Amino acid sequence: MTQRYDIVISGANYTALSLACALSQALRGDLSIAILDRNPGSEDPARPNTSPRAFALSSASKRMLETLGIWSSIADNAQPVSEIEITDSSLEAGIRPVLLTYDNHLDDGEPASFIVPDALIAASLRQATKEARNVDWISGAEAASFDEIPGGLTVTLADGRIFNCSLLVAADGRRSKIRDLAGIGLISWDYKQSGICTTVAHEDPHNGRAVQHFLPSGPFAVLPLPGNRSCVTWTEERQEADRLMGMGDTTFLDELTRRFGHKLGELSLVGTRASWPLSMHLARGFIAPRLALVGDTARGVHPIAGQGLNLGLRDVAALAETITESVRVGLDAGDQQALERYERWRRFDSTLSTAAFDGLNRLFSNDTTLLRSLREAGLGLVDRLPIAKAAFVKEAAGLTGNPPRLLQGQPL
Amino acid sequence: MTVSTQGHSDGNVDPREVQRFAEIAETWWDPNGPFRPLHKIGPARLSFIRNALARHYQRDSGGVRILDGLKILDVGCGGGLICEPLARLGAQVTGIDPAEESISAAEVHANINGLDIDYRAARIEQIASSEERFDAVMCLEVVEHVPDPAAFISLCATALKPGGLMIASTLNRTLKSFALAIVAAEYVLGWVDRGTHRWDRFVTPDELQSALENAGLTDVRFEGVVYNPLEDRWSTAADTDVNYMAAALKPHAT
Repeated sequence: MTQRYDIVISGANYTALSLACALSQALRGDLSIAILDRNPGSEDPARPNTSPRAFALSSASKRMLETLGIWSSIADNAQPVSEIEITDSSLEAGIRPVLLTYDNHLDDGEPASFIVPDALIAASLRQATKEARNVDWISGAEAASFDEIPGGLTVTLADGRIFNCSLLVAADGRRSKIRDLAGIGLISWDYKQSGICTTVAHEDPHNGRAVQHFLPSGPFAVLPLPGNRSCVTWTEERQEADRLMGMGDTTFLDELTRRFGHKLGELSLVGTRASWPLSMHLARGFIAPRLALVGDTARGVHPIAGQGLNLGLRDVAALAETITESVRVGLDAGDQQALERYERWRRFDSTLSTAAFDGLNRLFSNDTTLLRSLREAGLGLVDRLPIAKAAFVKEAAGLTGNPPRLLQGQPL
Repeated sequence: MTVSTQGHSDGNVDPREVQRFAEIAETWWDPNGPFRPLHKIGPARLSFIRNALARHYQRDSGGVRILDGLKILDVGCGGGLICEPLARLGAQVTGIDPAEESISAAEVHANINGLDIDYRAARIEQIASSEERFDAVMCLEVVEHVPDPAAFISLCATALKPGGLMIASTLNRTLKSFALAIVAAEYVLGWVDRGTHRWDRFVTPDELQSALENAGLTDVRFEGVVYNPLEDRWSTAADTDVNYMAAALKPHAT
């Protein structure tokens, strides 16, 4: 027996879950939604999550989570970022001159970003999805293929189950099978760098200050967490990253301290470490008939600016808005015009972001004196221009351009 | 389902108009086919209809099935471009069109989409002379194609239950509509076939209002439907110079 849903979402990552929540809320549960989660039983909110990662959520993303009623369970453990400090020096330099400091608040005094631990976002989104009306979270389900049929699509799972739907959303990550099956090509490159992530405790309070050290091997970011703790996200050439990951805790902490500096006193490791290869990619199209790509399936940016999740949530806000508008006037959930509007809305922005973050990484991952003076001249100039700084803060907050309603804190 | 077969040579129907639409009935549902302009303008027209019906029947919940239980007649339904959305919103929809090929295409498409819609190859005269009455009657983009718009509106009003709502859309007869709907849409941009519209048959809001009021309807409200070339998108607006819509109430007998 073939089961029918209005919308099938392939994947159970943050973009998938937030899309299901946004659509269920906006349309009062009148559309049926299935989430295909390849992990067996991972929908359990009590499942321990040991991820050391933390996300820098922009204030636009925060407004969206607020509107969806998810922020309240995150707020107490989200660290507002009050200030951002940027340094640029070689690893050996004893004192790191601060190149640029900026006040990370918007005109209305709200912080432009919040650091939120991975596990906290995961638990809150999972809980909200479980409570969402007319959303079936199907574990152990992986889409193997899909075909167009009159009036819809059939999605065939790896275990042979078949679902019919009006719209398929691919949120199955950077190596999306659905994107490949749809014949949507990818522009991508490998940075030959890896990201390392861990959490540290420090003696002195960080006062909400985030730090970005531009080291020759790549950026080293310190993101403040609640209490005297920070999440460290660190970029190294791949071999060096493997060497660091293979070290015992004591030597690893020594290497980390060399980069972190001593501004916050003695450091100690908290929890696990993780590492992953860095790459960038951009899908050549975001839609096909009855298919939309969101989040990492559509694009993956260098984590230098911590914008991956924010861009993914921006996709979700735009797609939820175009689908809601169409479905509310009685059009099919896979309406081609709604998809075209989603693509026009998101693709230009995504191209800009991937190019900008890539350029930033290339500019800073290099130790030539010429580039260093260029950086100093550039950022030094920015430092002296309060208007330019305010514009940067607003851009990073996700509030420039034509933001979807959810990002402005307005319900659909 | 009642399927009436009816000659096209009599009554308030222009046989050449019927023939021309019938020839392209198969392509009704191709979003990039000859009816692309109707697909493009669809969301704006549907948004006017949803808002008017939700306000009148006090049903706006933000959800999808806000027209549950309402009996709606779509006059000149063509391939069902309005019937299907209204059915998805929960309405019990009857679509009539004198062109049998359009009705056949509409039935096939509704079946594929699992929508239960009562399509009939029929004319408004047949509904008006029957006992059947509706909570809302749609006459969209039809008054400019019939020889006697006032008589046509009067028949549509007869099909309404007292307390029901009529919704109409048409093209205004202004210099601007001549430039945009005839010169631009038919000759320059090629959006619609040449000869689709006859400007002298376009209806001004004043004429439509008189026709609606002469048919016993009240509380006529107008809204324009305008094209934004930058977004390539139609939306509702105050400007009724070219495309516009109207909603009017059939009062309860006093």
